[in-house]
Amino acid sequence: MSTKTSWTGRVRAATLEKFEPEDLLPEVQPAYVASWIYIFGVATLAALVMLVASGLYLTLEGPAWWHTSNIGHYVNSVHLWSVELFFVFMVVHLWGKFWMAAWRGRRLATWITGCLAFFASIITGFTGYIIQTNFDSQWIATQAKDGFNAVGIGAFFNTLNTGQAILLHVSLLPLVLGGIVIWHVILVRRKGVVPPIDEAGE
Amino acid sequence: MAHKRSTIDPAKKWNGPVRQYDLVKEIVIATLVVGFLALSLAALFSSPDEKALTMQSWSIEAPADFAQTAAGELAGTTTSASYGPPYNTNGSGQNIGPLNLGKIAGVRIPIDPAKSFVIEPLSIEPSDAIKAAITQWSLASAAQESKWATSYADALTKDGKATTLADPTGKFGPVPTLVTGLLGMAQSGALDGALTTRDTPLPTNFTKPLLFLADSGTYFPDKAAAQHLSGDQWGVMNETGSWPGQSWLWLYSLWYQIEPFKSSGNADILVMSLMGVLSLGLIFLPLLPIISRIPYWIPVHRLIWRKWYQRKA
Repeated sequence: MSTKTSWTGRVRAATLEKFEPEDLLPEVQPAYVASWIYIFGVATLAALVMLVASGLYLTLEGPAWWHTSNIGHYVNSVHLWSVELFFVFMVVHLWGKFWMAAWRGRRLATWITGCLAFFASIITGFTGYIIQTNFDSQWIATQAKDGFNAVGIGAFFNTLNTGQAILLHVSLLPLVLGGIVIWHVILVRRKGVVPPIDEAGE
Repeated sequence: MAHKRSTIDPAKKWNGPVRQYDLVKEIVIATLVVGFLALSLAALFSSPDEKALTMQSWSIEAPADFAQTAAGELAGTTTSASYGPPYNTNGSGQNIGPLNLGKIAGVRIPIDPAKSFVIEPLSIEPSDAIKAAITQWSLASAAQESKWATSYADALTKDGKATTLADPTGKFGPVPTLVTGLLGMAQSGALDGALTTRDTPLPTNFTKPLLFLADSGTYFPDKAAAQHLSGDQWGVMNETGSWPGQSWLWLYSLWYQIEPFKSSGNADILVMSLMGVLSLGLIFLPLLPIISRIPYWIPVHRLIWRKWYQRKA
């Protein structure tokens, strides 16, 4: 008996039944997927894995640990360089997708979720910079407050409230960013890799 | 120039030639390579950690600047004292056209700098002279308070080096006692705690000390300029030392370097609004008529898919 009328059945139809197993975990790709530019999407995800791993280590030890521990300072350095790599890879990936006009073929949502992931990453990175509990974080927080205050956001997100920024950085924003990234990757797998712009220029 | 229609329908599932691929292997190798890169860069270049500034470090290293700023807080002439929303109603905030978003959001983080940065912290001091000064200050009219504090702040600024000035005629009222008392409290380290522990003994909110520090005339901005962090040095996208910082904020910082933003009293709301519009532009770029055609006109894709095009040729 069909369960498409039940809520569960509808959710299954809208999610799991949209995918073939080989779409989610493919062993073949279209022949045109042969360029170094394709590396940067997965490299961005790999940098995100490093970010989460080093961030979890820092979270477990507390926000001031890295000031007093050599291991903590090294883990903080891994976190810093992971975020630098993450943004380099993501920006190259974004430019690559622009030159491929990768929104073609009903892939607008894939492009939009990618952009949202980019902006969520910037906000997450920013909150990371203002919870360093050092001079850099003091200066960035006091300067950035004016931008947020000018548009009314500062009344709700106070860059000078370190506790609020810590909670945003280690809980809410990773959840939001993680959700967008998963959504983006699912769309990529569902829609497939955009084919080449035809020789005629399309 | 008219374009011919594509022979490939990008919306349809690919049923052309394929090549062997291993997604899991690619993810594992990418993670190992990027992980090795991050671990190596961290070992080679480390990360910066300039010690945070405190009320104590400020009052010891630049006592005259501290005293001038404290007098300014009482006079209501500092940036915080005349800021406006979300801290107080002493300023109007910034406008874009008729719109003042700060005012709409309202005063949600109430800060009265004279009270929050000077009077309340001093109220825990046991000194009888300070208690008498606080009483004299509290009983005076707002106009009298402003007259005392402004005279004293101006005199301290004029002197440049003094942390206290004689007042044989009493024209400064209780202000010299209050400022000297706060300086002593700061130098002992007690002010750092007093500014953060009023609501809870386990503070996580540093709004008061950071706003006070940001009012500093020279100490805080000079430290930032020495680390190339000032607004005219591309500000918040930089990091202390020679580390790369938030280079992805380059476009945001760029606007502050050029007119009309650079000299505008509404620079923050103008830049934030412009970045908001540009961000929406990026999100909906595929729907923009001219920009979305650029990849067709400048054939970078010929380079990306060169093997495919060679194969077809």
